[in-house]
Amino acid sequence: MQVTIKIARYTLLDLLYNRVTLFYTLFLMGVSLVVFNLDDNVSKGILSLVNIILLIVPLVSIVFATIHMYNSAEFIELLLARPIQRTRILFGHFVGISTALSTAFLIGIGLPVLLYAPSATGITLIAAGWMLTLSFVSIAMLASVSTRDKARGIGIAILLWFLFTMIYDGFVLWILFAFNDYPLEKPVLVLTALNPVDLARIVLLLRIDISAFMGYTGALYKDYFGTAKGMIITTSVLLCWIIIPMLLAVRRFKSRDI
Amino acid sequence: MIPIKPTKLTTFLILMLCIGTNAAVHQNEQGHYLSVSVQSMIDETVPYDTLWINGGYFFENNILITKPITIIGRQNPILDAGGQGQVLIIRSDDVTIEGLTLKGSATSNMTENAGIKIENARRVKIIANTLCDNFFGVYLANSVKCVVRDNIIRGGYERESNSGNGIHLWQCDSIEITNNVISEHRDAIYLEFVINSHVFGNHCEDNIRYGLHFMFSNNDQYRNNVFNNNGAGVAVMYSSRVEMTDNIFENNLGPSSFGILLKDITDSRITGNQLLKNTIGIRLEGTSRIEIARNNIEDNGWAVLITANCTDNDFENNTFRYNSFDVSTNGKLVLNTFDQNYWDKYEGYDLDRNGMGDVPFHPVSIFATVVSEVPEAIMLYRSFTQYLMDRAEKAIPSVTPENLVDHEPLMKPSVL
Repeated sequence: MQVTIKIARYTLLDLLYNRVTLFYTLFLMGVSLVVFNLDDNVSKGILSLVNIILLIVPLVSIVFATIHMYNSAEFIELLLARPIQRTRILFGHFVGISTALSTAFLIGIGLPVLLYAPSATGITLIAAGWMLTLSFVSIAMLASVSTRDKARGIGIAILLWFLFTMIYDGFVLWILFAFNDYPLEKPVLVLTALNPVDLARIVLLLRIDISAFMGYTGALYKDYFGTAKGMIITTSVLLCWIIIPMLLAVRRFKSRDI
Repeated sequence: MIPIKPTKLTTFLILMLCIGTNAAVHQNEQGHYLSVSVQSMIDETVPYDTLWINGGYFFENNILITKPITIIGRQNPILDAGGQGQVLIIRSDDVTIEGLTLKGSATSNMTENAGIKIENARRVKIIANTLCDNFFGVYLANSVKCVVRDNIIRGGYERESNSGNGIHLWQCDSIEITNNVISEHRDAIYLEFVINSHVFGNHCEDNIRYGLHFMFSNNDQYRNNVFNNNGAGVAVMYSSRVEMTDNIFENNLGPSSFGILLKDITDSRITGNQLLKNTIGIRLEGTSRIEIARNNIEDNGWAVLITANCTDNDFENNTFRYNSFDVSTNGKLVLNTFDQNYWDKYEGYDLDRNGMGDVPFHPVSIFATVVSEVPEAIMLYRSFTQYLMDRAEKAIPSVTPENLVDHEPLMKPSVL
């Protein structure tokens, strides 16, 4: 445990000295301040932030974490030469990177949201964005241990981001049209849970577009995600999206030739 | 023998006068004491008398008024039908009922039992009464020039099948319904074959079906009413020349809920209303020649849902803000105009500074069309896929109706 924390601390310090984290924080903060000050209506600002959280935050998280893992390849090799468990090395890096990115996110978006829109919607937004940050760092760990080639690793990371934010939704839309004649409410619920970005988006939409969601089949989502039970299920599915890729990465990393 | 719960005051009067019955005692205008039941008091009056009832709890049903009298209640007299029949039946012109509490008319599938039923009467006034736990609240049939004002009407029902309407009008002319508070009934106000009537300043909340329900009722106005959190909003059907002004329609949420439903309406005006946070703001089906102007349509799921069989409706100077979808329709045919509204989704510019955008705005997004075909697609709302679809459609319109367009979208909202 101590070793994990030591590695995490080192990674974190390394990242904090790194300008990218700082720029990321400033970027997020700049965007949040601009969207909140552009319009008197807070909900419009929240809407713009939803797009940032669903696209930019996952992208930065996954690419940044992957690049950092490849950049510390030599450091990892050095650690491996010492009697330290591989699991701890990987966990140390995960904790370090996710702490850095979480800090950036919570300062960059969390603070302005709490200042300008301290509502349930705002808090849901922060929670969803934070969970997405963590799960995409976790996915990045899996991408970075899957291959030794840096270019290919980053390629995989970007591809995964593409998959979760764009390709997957296109696939869902295709399914919706192809199987239009069948009752699709339940399958769509399952499909949503299979993508952390979609899940985060639905949770946010239930706050923002509740009027539209009360119509037609939307009411089903509201019953499912809007209740306390739904909240617990959603949170646990998002937690799975943090834990499972990380565990897979650890399994891969343990048996890998360095 | 009927009243069994005399109030302190009536008990006092009984003791004072030593009348040998357990009935409550009341005074008419000439200072004569009347006794026993409300029905017997009414029977003792002559036309154009005023009957004052000072407090009291009367277990009495089907009280019949067949002559023009005024009944005024003081210290809250309560008339309770106890779940049997109706409370008060008025079959005479020029009757005024004021300050009574009427409750407990029977729920029935056969007869329309009401707190106050007015039949074939003229100039009846129902003022400042409280009607609770009645099947129907105030029921006017075949009556003219009546007033229903300042009443509090509460049903306490939870199911549509066993509850009646708060104020029910059938075949009436020139009725004024003003400043009533109506809740927990099936329809708060129901009008069928009613002409030249005014519905002003009422507050309809938490009703099971509609806040206001119009059927075959022409030349009516409703103004300054608040319709909040009713099952499905307000429905105006099969009517002509209806004016809807300065009302507030809010929080009508649900799979088939709307702020206003217009079905087969012609030559009407909807102006200055606030439509806030409804699943569907305005739903138009088969309507013609309706002017929809200066409304504020905000925070709705669908601001306007208009079917392709609507003709010559004119949307002007409305403000569309923070709605999930602005306009949705079910065909490509558009015979209505949408010019000069404010749309918060408009991204154009105004080079000549005349307050109107230089680029036309198409309020129907492709995603709204997709959702109307595949409702489950709402799951993809605000995703990048939706954004791409909307952009592509904007560049090369293929699915959305081209004629549904605002040629002169306003740059600033005209109503706040």
